[in-house]
Amino acid sequence: MEIGDQGGGVQVTTGVLNSIKVNGTRIEAVERGAGRPLLFLHPGIGLDPAAPVLDRLARHANVLAPIHPGFGGSDQPPAFDTVDDLAYFYLDLLDERDLHDVTLVGVSLGGWIAAEIAIKSTARIARLVLANAVGIKVGDRTTRDVADIFAMPDTEFNERAYADPSLGVRDYKTMPDDAVRTAARNREATARYAWSPYMHDPKLKDRLHRIRVPTLFLWGTADRILSEAYGRAYCAAIPGARFEIIAGAGHFPHIEQPDEFARRIAAFTEGRNA
Amino acid sequence: MRVYHFSEHPYPDAWDDPHGYLRVDLPNRACDPRRAADLFHRYWDEYLLADELGLDLMFNEHHQTATCMNATSVVSLSVLARQSKRARILILGYPIGHRPDPLRAAEELSTLDVISRGRLDMGFIKGVPYEFAPSNANPVGVMDRFWDAHDFIIKAMTTHDGPFNWESRYFHYRQVNIWPRPWQQPHPPVWSTTASKGNARVLGERGYVMAILGSGYATKALFDAYREGYASTHNGKMPGPDRFAYLALFATAHNETEARRRGELVAGYLRTGANVYAPFKNPPGYLSVEDNVKLMRGMSPMRSFTREGKVVDMRTGSLQDLIDSVLMVCGTPDQCFTQIKDFVEYTGGMGNLLVMAQAGFLDHKDTCDSLTILAKEIMPRLKELNQPGAAEVAAA
Repeated sequence: MEIGDQGGGVQVTTGVLNSIKVNGTRIEAVERGAGRPLLFLHPGIGLDPAAPVLDRLARHANVLAPIHPGFGGSDQPPAFDTVDDLAYFYLDLLDERDLHDVTLVGVSLGGWIAAEIAIKSTARIARLVLANAVGIKVGDRTTRDVADIFAMPDTEFNERAYADPSLGVRDYKTMPDDAVRTAARNREATARYAWSPYMHDPKLKDRLHRIRVPTLFLWGTADRILSEAYGRAYCAAIPGARFEIIAGAGHFPHIEQPDEFARRIAAFTEGRNA
Repeated sequence: MRVYHFSEHPYPDAWDDPHGYLRVDLPNRACDPRRAADLFHRYWDEYLLADELGLDLMFNEHHQTATCMNATSVVSLSVLARQSKRARILILGYPIGHRPDPLRAAEELSTLDVISRGRLDMGFIKGVPYEFAPSNANPVGVMDRFWDAHDFIIKAMTTHDGPFNWESRYFHYRQVNIWPRPWQQPHPPVWSTTASKGNARVLGERGYVMAILGSGYATKALFDAYREGYASTHNGKMPGPDRFAYLALFATAHNETEARRRGELVAGYLRTGANVYAPFKNPPGYLSVEDNVKLMRGMSPMRSFTREGKVVDMRTGSLQDLIDSVLMVCGTPDQCFTQIKDFVEYTGGMGNLLVMAQAGFLDHKDTCDSLTILAKEIMPRLKELNQPGAAEVAAA
């Protein structure tokens, strides 16, 4: 694996993105903190390297937060078009870095990737945290479990996704070109991996029983992309998984309640070792 | 020059529905099947008149919309393949970028070519952006899927020695061996459309007929990109006018006032056709990242220009704007001839004129009259322009 080019990365506001290579694919990643490894998998809207949650998590862990292939400034491998591809990609990353005792955290689409990783192998994973995760089919065939984010304007998306919708507002006319390009790539990449079957893998639910590591669901209660019932059904399919709600947050609790989000994960991690 | 009559088979009665959007999510309660039947039969009668008058026939397909009831164009084509006597029948196009089954497409198109005894022109398109929701095909990678489907269809039509196998990224078939095989050899002429210079060049490289839909005075740049691509694969030779087609709305009458009255009715198509719920207009991946960046920055792509470079909004432009930007050919026979002649000269050669001679609320009587004047008083004069059409060259 190669770490960085010339001093390791591109400065974006206060966050630093390293350039790392996995199996020949170059991606960006935030690496911060010391201690037990924590792999943070971002949602479809991407990851702001300056997001407060990364610092909060880094107080208790060595955080590795990659930008998924096809998102942001990360390469899009031509053959990648399923969440399964991303899951194997991150299993390769864990192997290449020879990481053990990993806390695997995923939000929304990142939660789906995390679940697909965990059903394949938890050899390097000690515990799993799924926050407002998509990925399974719960309702009947005419029930849409996940709101159709590609059939709504940004204003509706923000109202559904956030307890405080103003957090989602972007003014693309004044943002730097790179940031607009990142937003455009994130939208395209989300569709590449999750257009159909929409935001789920029909096989995943019946494979969740394979996950034998302690699992915590964190659920922002103001989420109107997903229902809490969806989250509880997801939780019930993983043996021994615990479900905790986070108030004052919607679909992205790591953005709206970063302190609480990090605190719950730290407690979960320590509790397991207590 | 060949002239193709075209109607989208609209259901204009629903155009004023209070729902607000005509495509994708307009509840079909607004469609009275009895009225729909009357309209289909009426439009087909107009196509049969066009066949008698010496025009060729163009069909398209759209989904979940009151602007176009041809949700499966093959049905209308089948009726006209049987009932018309001499016209070329053009599908422009078959949206293979989002239809699920190119094997079915190859079978349908071969059958149509046989029934029409070799009169099929086979247009392939990727599909309009707002139909990726109804079809649920992934808009990301649509052009790769388009060419994969195209390659499969051509191979299915040109393989005559028994079954072949196809295992590509997008499509998986075993034992492919279509019956009947197409009448025209090696396969019916391929047409396509584009609004991008990159795709125009690719169509030129392949030597397919390229149709430009209402791009007015932005058309020549697309023709030039095609010419460049064509020359690159044909030892520097330039394509003839038969490789180019242009679609305009059309209305004529013996006096200008009446022609313009008809023109306003036909223009109803442009005024309403883009009436789509915004999130459906730009599905992820349909446009390139760079084009999306421009859109997000508030730069909208300019589509139509007058000869003087004035930008025309097809929804709000006046009838004169639509004529000046060649979105529409409209007027007395003399005026129409001059408009066509000027435009053909501007493009540097164009052998196929596609006219939307029925649209919106234009009724049967007016449509028939407009078509008759076109055939009897305008088309004979188009011979002066010496622009051979696609099928004339193929037959030569």
